Amino acid sequence: MSLNDRLRGVFVDALQLDDSVDVENLKYRDIEEWDSVGHMALVAAIEDEFDVQFETEQVIDMSSFKVAVDMLKGFGVAE
Amino acid sequence: MSVFGRGQAERETALLAELTELTEHHRANSEQYDRILSSLGIKSGEPFASLNDLPWLPVRMFKTHELKSIPDSEVFKVLTSSGTTGGGASRIYLDKDAAAVQTRQLGATLQEVLGGKRLPMLMVDTIGIIKNRRSFSARGAGVLGMATFGRSHVYALDENDRPDVEAVKEFLAKHGSEPFLIFGFTFMVWQYLYEVAREHELDLSNGILIHSGGWKKLIDIAVDNAEFRRRFAEDTGLTQIYNYYGMIEQIGTVFLEGKSGNSLYCPDFADVIIRNPDTWEEQPVGVPGVIEVVSTLPRSYPGHVLLTEDLGVVHGIDDGDWPGKRFSVLGRLPRAEARGCSDTFSGAVAS
Repeated sequence: MSLNDRLRGVFVDALQLDDSVDVENLKYRDIEEWDSVGHMALVAAIEDEFDVQFETEQVIDMSSFKVAVDMLKGFGVAE
Repeated sequence: MSVFGRGQAERETALLAELTELTEHHRANSEQYDRILSSLGIKSGEPFASLNDLPWLPVRMFKTHELKSIPDSEVFKVLTSSGTTGGGASRIYLDKDAAAVQTRQLGATLQEVLGGKRLPMLMVDTIGIIKNRRSFSARGAGVLGMATFGRSHVYALDENDRPDVEAVKEFLAKHGSEPFLIFGFTFMVWQYLYEVAREHELDLSNGILIHSGGWKKLIDIAVDNAEFRRRFAEDTGLTQIYNYYGMIEQIGTVFLEGKSGNSLYCPDFADVIIRNPDTWEEQPVGVPGVIEVVSTLPRSYPGHVLLTEDLGVVHGIDDGDWPGKRFSVLGRLPRAEARGCSDTFSGAVAS
């Protein structure tokens, strides 16, 4: 499965999104599911799925789906 | 990048310019705020000679007035403080930018003592506190705001607010041999961590404790800041202890205890002014008075210059662990109405 597909799955599960949400264009705080409560669940779920550990700054900087993709690429996760 | 770098003179010059601009911004965007300043005879565009000339708002005005500098359509979160008697709760309005900025600046402040890595985190609270995401209590907001800085969170209280000793022991067995983070409100940390750790002889020597929330209940049992630190060190091995002072009306800004203990310091984007409660003149170093807090963070609501209902004292300037003023909070103003005890807990907040 591609990085985008895996990450999309993590977003949908962690934030409990329904099918109508355009996940790949999602930005932090765009929808009420992705508020700070959702953010903590999301970060933990991404770390589990990809076996990575984000630093504080990265947690704060993770402002969109696309940014999360770039961060994971930075960890060497294959596309 | 450190946010504890500015000496007092440099800080005041920088803050005066930024806070003057913010004052104009809020006048232009909040009719209520503009009306309040006009009623005080302060003209728009008037320059201020120094930081202590900036007009302050009493914090309780956020209970009685709808003070916001953003249109309704831009409101992303409304934070409310608990209110016990009269006047109700403060209402603080954040747009997306304000929510992001407060998290970022709180992060920059705490990184000074935590470093950039997210440490395993023991929350001295119950997970129940953040269950209802639409309306956080000040306490819930504080817990959640702080959660960002840790990982693998474990809660020291069960859902019925009872100490979960097994959970704490399990956490320590797993993470206790390397640095870990502890967060909680001062009184709860004492009652549900210190007491429990002493009774069960838990080793907290690798912990870094961040705590806040006022000393009233602890003073009643004769525990002040120095005693708190001494007992924790003696009985649990915990020596890295950082108290902070902050309020929901100036969210994201926290005044943090330095590593030597017993003094709070201002991050570069904030400052405190201690005022004589009769003349409102600034008090000299060493003389207690009412605490005014200033911060460049509040842009979505006019909370950049606030007169608190707390008493404090400046101990020194440019002579401590970090540059700028170092101070202590001495307690509530005697005349202040009794507010909910969690009210001043939440410099750190979720959004």
